[in-house]
Amino acid sequence: MGSYQTDEYDIVIVGGGGAGLRAAIAIGEENPNLSIGVVSKIYPMRSHTVSAEGGAAAVIKPNDSIDDHIYDTISGADWMADQDAVELFVNEAPNEMIQLEHWGCPWSREPDGTVAVRPFGGMKTERTWFAADKTGFHMLHTLFQTALKFKNVTRYDEWFATKLLVHDGRCQGVAAIELRTGQLRAIAGRAVILSTGGAGRIFPFTTNAAVKSGDGMAMAYRAGVPLKDMEFVQYHPTGLPGTGILITEASRGEGGILVNKEGYRYLQDYDLGQPIDVTDPKHPQKRTMELGPRDRLSQAFIKEREQGRTIDGPYGDFVHLDVRHLGQKKIDKKIPFVRELCRNYVGIDPVHELIPVRPVVHYMMGGVHTNTDGATPLPGLFAAGECACVSINGANRLGSNSLTELLVFGARAARAAVQFAQKNDSIALEEIHAQAEVEQQRIREQFFQPSGGKETLAGLRTEMTNTMELGAGIYRSEDSLRKTCETIRNLKARFAHVELTDHSLTFNTELTTALELEYMLDVAEALAFSALARTESRGSHQRADYPTRDDERFLKHSLAYQTDGEPRIEYLDVAITRWPPGERVYGSK
Amino acid sequence: MAASDTTTSDATIALDVFRYRPEQEDEPEMQRYEVPYQKDWVVLDALNYIKDEIDGTLSFRWSCRMGVCGSCGMMVNGEPILTCAAFLRNYYPNPIRVEPLNYFPVIRDLVINMEDFLQKLDDVKAWLVPKEEKPVSEGEYLQTPAQLAQYKQFSMCINCMLCYAACPIYGQHPNFIGPAAIALAQRYNNDSRDDGNAEREEVIFSHEGIWECTLVGECTQVCPKNVDPAGAIQQAKVSHTTDFLKSVLMPWGKRQK
Repeated sequence: MGSYQTDEYDIVIVGGGGAGLRAAIAIGEENPNLSIGVVSKIYPMRSHTVSAEGGAAAVIKPNDSIDDHIYDTISGADWMADQDAVELFVNEAPNEMIQLEHWGCPWSREPDGTVAVRPFGGMKTERTWFAADKTGFHMLHTLFQTALKFKNVTRYDEWFATKLLVHDGRCQGVAAIELRTGQLRAIAGRAVILSTGGAGRIFPFTTNAAVKSGDGMAMAYRAGVPLKDMEFVQYHPTGLPGTGILITEASRGEGGILVNKEGYRYLQDYDLGQPIDVTDPKHPQKRTMELGPRDRLSQAFIKEREQGRTIDGPYGDFVHLDVRHLGQKKIDKKIPFVRELCRNYVGIDPVHELIPVRPVVHYMMGGVHTNTDGATPLPGLFAAGECACVSINGANRLGSNSLTELLVFGARAARAAVQFAQKNDSIALEEIHAQAEVEQQRIREQFFQPSGGKETLAGLRTEMTNTMELGAGIYRSEDSLRKTCETIRNLKARFAHVELTDHSLTFNTELTTALELEYMLDVAEALAFSALARTESRGSHQRADYPTRDDERFLKHSLAYQTDGEPRIEYLDVAITRWPPGERVYGSK
Repeated sequence: MAASDTTTSDATIALDVFRYRPEQEDEPEMQRYEVPYQKDWVVLDALNYIKDEIDGTLSFRWSCRMGVCGSCGMMVNGEPILTCAAFLRNYYPNPIRVEPLNYFPVIRDLVINMEDFLQKLDDVKAWLVPKEEKPVSEGEYLQTPAQLAQYKQFSMCINCMLCYAACPIYGQHPNFIGPAAIALAQRYNNDSRDDGNAEREEVIFSHEGIWECTLVGECTQVCPKNVDPAGAIQQAKVSHTTDFLKSVLMPWGKRQK
């Protein structure tokens, strides 16, 4: 790797997706004299926010209420969400969404010109703002294009962050490799915000883009920051078999139904209420059947499969999503991307045919432990978006809260980081620079010196994803999790024997693939051990051996700390304010 | 990553891939790889197979594999296309030639340098210049579905660069603002909330390349999102000509959007 220098900013943002860009704009607006560095391993508009389809929740219509959005979020989370955080989130959501409208986001509209909303799963009232079914794409491009206005933002596009630089108990920057040249540089900041997204790629079958390798989570974990609630993994009930491409929940919000191989709407057998005919004007009923929460729908699929009522296909079992009754006009207007994806990737037209779907890993409720200002326990380090865990998502995230979350908490983390940076003016440039030198040395020795190792990246990755699915999937048990924990520990040891074939400095994607796998193994470890320790079932975390929720012992967030051996798991009480833990009731009123 | 557990047969397909590593090679060369032929694989799957199983040194960009992130555009048999949407079955049994996008400098292998486009996006002010400033507390700007329809198509651009790789004018005049950036400028020009037309027009017409653009519309033909950049360019030209006439005929008149 080449020679390098140290760059210096007031705030360094790692990750250029929705949360990172929202943070950059917030800082730009807060104080145009502050310098901002945005470090992203891909061009920001490529970030995975782009793939979000259905919409973003915020109370805007007179028939809706702040309290309903709070209740839907908390009950959806199986009472694992911090209620003070949810309350603040729901209250700030509408302004954030209007702000995005003011920046030009092409929200779908009502005939009178106001923004339109649609229902999503687990919602009492329709409150999901949408831009047809490319909501994340439009939000990301709106944020990216708006961020171009701010000349105090310096972008490090295609710079791959490898390590948080911590000195004197304060995070003061990040080491990153410029992909085009291979140079590693310290990018110093008075405060650092992580917004690197989730880690769905630790599983074999995911809606997540290739870039979702938990980079920020792992960097924080290695710096001693705990990962919170990692055992909670959201399986989206409707992904395309094989590719894992997401078929948005909006397809059900607009009236699509799920049927098993007998054509039967099986969700009625799983405590999600009774179906009404698709021609009934009351269909789809909110918080009922196809509009139940994602965890319950994905679990119902597994039960159906056990009963032999799913359909056998080349990429595993699936059920059918039927949107035919919506008709071509509505499909083309409300969910055109669903049609495009089905035609391009399955070779079927949902106007006339059934869509094969199955549950697929979609979202990490867990992440870097933060408070409601996005602050982590490490001074100077903030986090927002999917890589963070505030927590508003608890044990199961409500569909369409994540896009709103990255706006609300991206902006909040930015404002808190600005305050921190103003109080902590000094940067230990020499020490930060020296740390980056050590990091460069580590990478050179680990990946570029011949070790004679025979392990391959693809081989280790396949073993990792398989053991995660087998042992830490929708249903887990002590037995399955112990095996997975052991396998992951073993894979981490074997990672030392990876030898790269590409020793080039120019755009070395074999190196970044290796660094990503190293990140993923750390995240997988925290996840599996956290799941092993939680001997109850709650939301997305279902233990076959502990099938009930245990509020007495586990109305607590898990905190996984990295150690030299197995991770240490600690617990933190969930913040309960006005909504005492209750039963999650869907279907019947 | 495509699941590889559904081998249809032992059939294979050849990929001739453009290789260029500036530290090792003075000149680019084509390298042939044989990969399993799976009828539901796309060219991107084949490239990932090569990277994982045959040659870890091959570099290319990809991410969402669902046609929306815009990373994986390449020349496949000479046509610019998103490789996540280019099915092997459309080429089988013939070999497939995979090269970096036309007209862009190559960083390495299939990775192009697209800094030029990012600068142009900045130059054309591809963001909303509000007609009226109002605080968030006063709610959203009203915009009817018909007003939305005026610019929606141009807002679908995923910045994949296929249109530049297809544009003969860009090939000759790298300073030409080009299809995607003009479409995005027009996206804001046509937005009922926007008032930045005049500033953008100045940039778009700063290079004469736009007048060489014919109605052939290679850009529109290759656009994977039906953005119709050629239509955007024509709109921009018509609007510019009208504005020019206005300023000649009515020099006292306030320039209006």
